[in-house]
Amino acid sequence: MTPSADLLVAQNVGFYLIAAVMVLGALRVVTTNNVVHAALWLVVVLSGAAAQFVLLAAEFVALTQVLVYVGAVMVLFLFGVMLTRAKIGAERELNNKGWFLGIPVSVLLLVTLVIALNDGFGSERMPVDVAPMDTAVVSDQIFGPYLLPFWALSFVLLAAVIGAIVLARRD
Amino acid sequence: MLLNQFLFLSAILFCIGVYGVIARKNAVLVLMSIELILNSVNINLLAFAMRNGNADGHTFALYVIAVAAAEVGVGLAMVLLMYRNRRSIALDELSEMRG
Amino acid sequence: MVVAASETTEVVLESGWFLENAWLIPVVPAVAFVLIIFFGKRMPRKGAEFGIASMVGALVLSAMAGMQWIGRVNAVSEYTHVPPVVRTWTWWQNGGVHFGIGQHVDGLSVVVLLVVAFISTLVQIYSVEYLHGDRRYTHFFGALTLFSAGMLNMVVAENMIQLILGWEIMGLCSFLLIGHWWEDSANSRAALKAFFTTRTGDVGLLAGTSLLFFAANDWTQKTLGVSGFSIRGLSAWALSGEGSTTAITVGAIALFIACIGKSGQFPLHTWLPDAMAGPTPVSSLLHSSTMVVAGVFLVARLYPVFFEGMDIYGSGLNLIVLIGGVTIIIAAALAFVQDDIKKVLAYSTVSQLGYMMMGLGAGAWLPAVFHIFTHAFFKACLFLGAGSISHSASHHSFDMKKDMGGLRKHMPVTFATWVVSTLALMGVFPFSGFFSKDEIIDNVGHAGYTAFMWVGLTGAFMTAAYMTRATYLTFFGEPRGAAAGVHHGDHHGDHHGDAGHGPRESGPLITIPLVILATLAIGSGLLNAVPFGHSWENFKKWVEPRAEVVSATGIASVVGGPGESRLAAGGEEGKEGKHSSPCGSEKPEGGVCPAPYVKHAEFKWSKAAVSLVLVFAGMIASWFLCVQLYGRRAGPLVGLTSRNGAARAGHRFLVNKYYLDHVYENVIVRTLAGPVARAAYWFNQRVIDAAVNGVGTTAKRIAGWVYKNIDQRLVDGAVNASGAGAQGAGRALQPVQSGKVSQYGALLFGAAAVGGLVLVIINT
Repeated sequence: MTPSADLLVAQNVGFYLIAAVMVLGALRVVTTNNVVHAALWLVVVLSGAAAQFVLLAAEFVALTQVLVYVGAVMVLFLFGVMLTRAKIGAERELNNKGWFLGIPVSVLLLVTLVIALNDGFGSERMPVDVAPMDTAVVSDQIFGPYLLPFWALSFVLLAAVIGAIVLARRD
Repeated sequence: MLLNQFLFLSAILFCIGVYGVIARKNAVLVLMSIELILNSVNINLLAFAMRNGNADGHTFALYVIAVAAAEVGVGLAMVLLMYRNRRSIALDELSEMRG
Repeated sequence: MVVAASETTEVVLESGWFLENAWLIPVVPAVAFVLIIFFGKRMPRKGAEFGIASMVGALVLSAMAGMQWIGRVNAVSEYTHVPPVVRTWTWWQNGGVHFGIGQHVDGLSVVVLLVVAFISTLVQIYSVEYLHGDRRYTHFFGALTLFSAGMLNMVVAENMIQLILGWEIMGLCSFLLIGHWWEDSANSRAALKAFFTTRTGDVGLLAGTSLLFFAANDWTQKTLGVSGFSIRGLSAWALSGEGSTTAITVGAIALFIACIGKSGQFPLHTWLPDAMAGPTPVSSLLHSSTMVVAGVFLVARLYPVFFEGMDIYGSGLNLIVLIGGVTIIIAAALAFVQDDIKKVLAYSTVSQLGYMMMGLGAGAWLPAVFHIFTHAFFKACLFLGAGSISHSASHHSFDMKKDMGGLRKHMPVTFATWVVSTLALMGVFPFSGFFSKDEIIDNVGHAGYTAFMWVGLTGAFMTAAYMTRATYLTFFGEPRGAAAGVHHGDHHGDHHGDAGHGPRESGPLITIPLVILATLAIGSGLLNAVPFGHSWENFKKWVEPRAEVVSATGIASVVGGPGESRLAAGGEEGKEGKHSSPCGSEKPEGGVCPAPYVKHAEFKWSKAAVSLVLVFAGMIASWFLCVQLYGRRAGPLVGLTSRNGAARAGHRFLVNKYYLDHVYENVIVRTLAGPVARAAYWFNQRVIDAAVNGVGTTAKRIAGWVYKNIDQRLVDGAVNASGAGAQGAGRALQPVQSGKVSQYGALLFGAAAVGGLVLVIINT
């Protein structure tokens, strides 16, 4: 490897391995006949996404992804599965009658996206030797120029909390 | 690394998520598919953040994570309500919107 | 007297471990709170041991810090500024704003720390017996401990944010404690009322803090190197004469609104008497040393801001004095018509807080703070005495007219401590209340607020009268109801006791705190016994910050320990009354002022005699009235309120608490909600409807013309054709509207994909 070559073999190998696992996991999420398995495959996809975030020099986001998604959201999902008394084992009829409609739509969408991306970014390369993003910079962004969306987000969270309580309480 | 390899991964995950939203009947599985879609968006945001060398994408990825958490909370509450009212969370039985 | 900065002299100040680490004091009960919550139920005494141990620990730490502070003050001359012990750690840092968490310990903090830790300790010991067997015993101790932690944190707070933290913890815990027996809807309503009323005031705290921050931050960063939240920075900024007068005034008013809510000042005092719904130890703690003192403490803590903002020596009237004076009188008047012994005490607290506020508003900083100190002891004693009566004698009733009377024979200890504390509250000479209350009245008059001096004297008269009435009803006369051994049916099921076999004295866990508090109610006044001469004014020497111009760089150091540089050697020439400082009266040159210069009235027995005579007159008049009213079956005064129209109206006005609750709940809500609704209706009817009608009429005319000329002849055919087409298309598309969400999803994404593809193809 010459220093100038920015092929970055190790990172590429890592990327493709993780990407393959992610795609496989995502496919299992949408095809498995077992709701609990689907949730566990989703964990694989989300953890893979966290790993990709590390490759993208976004350590803080990766940590947040693990904490919030893999930690909290998945627990919520499992609770949702249990509270709605889904069978723990395999189950038929998890799909709609018109499930085959999804295949042409998503393939069409993928084709569109691939054409557009190929056209737009062709063989553009990522910058090399990127230092991980400083968390302080992210925090300065959040509490600086993007303060307004942050406020809006706070309201969304508040509304979601109240809404979830109102919807789920038994009275 | 190419920029496009991340974008393609994101596109593939997005389309799988779309397929899940359309094909699945169980409401919890639909919510999971939506999580796939949101995650693919995050990968996109961070890929462009790296390309542009600023923290905007990070900021919005964090916002997306927060919104997704809120969405799952409300979504599952709705699923619970649905289950309580009709003892089933099959979405194809919900046809009150029929024209 | 200001010397050039080059001539600064180094004064080495004493400090010590306990003073440097005073921040530990709130941490101890906070840790205990966590322990109680997690392990309390498994402990042999259900968590009470953690609470009591932590409060004793906090008391020891405060006492040691107090000793070291006294040593620090004694080491320098009487007119030398003693810098507070300030330590700070960065808590938050973002975009150029950073503020810390830490401690700001000076005489005021030390006093309040001591009082809070001491009263909390006694209250917790007392609660062990009082709440014995309660179903939420552990939670009670948890909340009580966190409550003390909140107050202690507020007292040592280095900046406004930390202060707000403690302030809000107290608000939360008071809600939990007042509503401790929430199964009773009256209790949970009282808790909500307390919470919402204080929250109303807290808006002022947030607004005032942020306003002062934005006004002061630049100055404090430049001059002192601290943020605009820091208490030291704000004080110096307010006295620098460089800040905007409007900002200081508006900020001071906003902060004072918070104090009105928290300290139960008129017109937000209505929550305080209702807060009696909580267990009696809570009332005692709430009303003597913590919650309600928080507002007064805030004014005393940020005194320079209020001093400048309200222009305290510049005019004969300001908001603080006015609110304080009004509160004294109206609360004292309300105390006359209460039958509930705790409500009498509650209104008396409101009235005494009015004294403190009035004192602070008139520049009598030291007497007001001293009144916090003495009032805490005798008011805690009175509340715990009331609790003792209800616990052991009156069968958990607090009604003086129905269930008390003649108790002095059965409860000698409670009676003796009650009388001592009552005399202290009235301000009779050798008791502590005299030394603080009389000083407030005297200094208010001295500062030129003559009218308010008379308000204070009237208040003293009324205090003596209503406390005599309460004492008479409780301890003298014939025993009534439960006090006479009558067992009544509405036994409070939540807190059972073994009372009910006639009145008797309470156990030692209750009487010992009473005796300790009563002793302090006598003795604590001697700490600042102005009448005995200058050498007795120890409290003033230790607590009052000295107004002296010090160099900015000197007090900007993070730890205000040794090595202060000062501009003036300071006040060697000063004799009592002669010394004056530029602080507060003019712009400090070459340095900053830590505190404003306040005047002190000279004590004269002739002035004190007036108030003493009034107090005795109140006692005697009230005693005879009580004997007439309550001691006899028939007499000229018995039943006056039902016979005389004017008396009845006055009585009803007081019983209904000036209809303030009525005003809040009906009038304000209605006046706000009614006109808004009516205006909206009017707008809807007149403006929108008129516009719509106008447009409608015009459109109708045009339509008529079009109909005749174009529609009938030309368009009709076309329309009929297109209608048929639309109908057909609708029929054809109806299956799409299946109501199936997944099909909608498929259509949405499919259409988006097709649209995207079209755009991509066009663009390439």
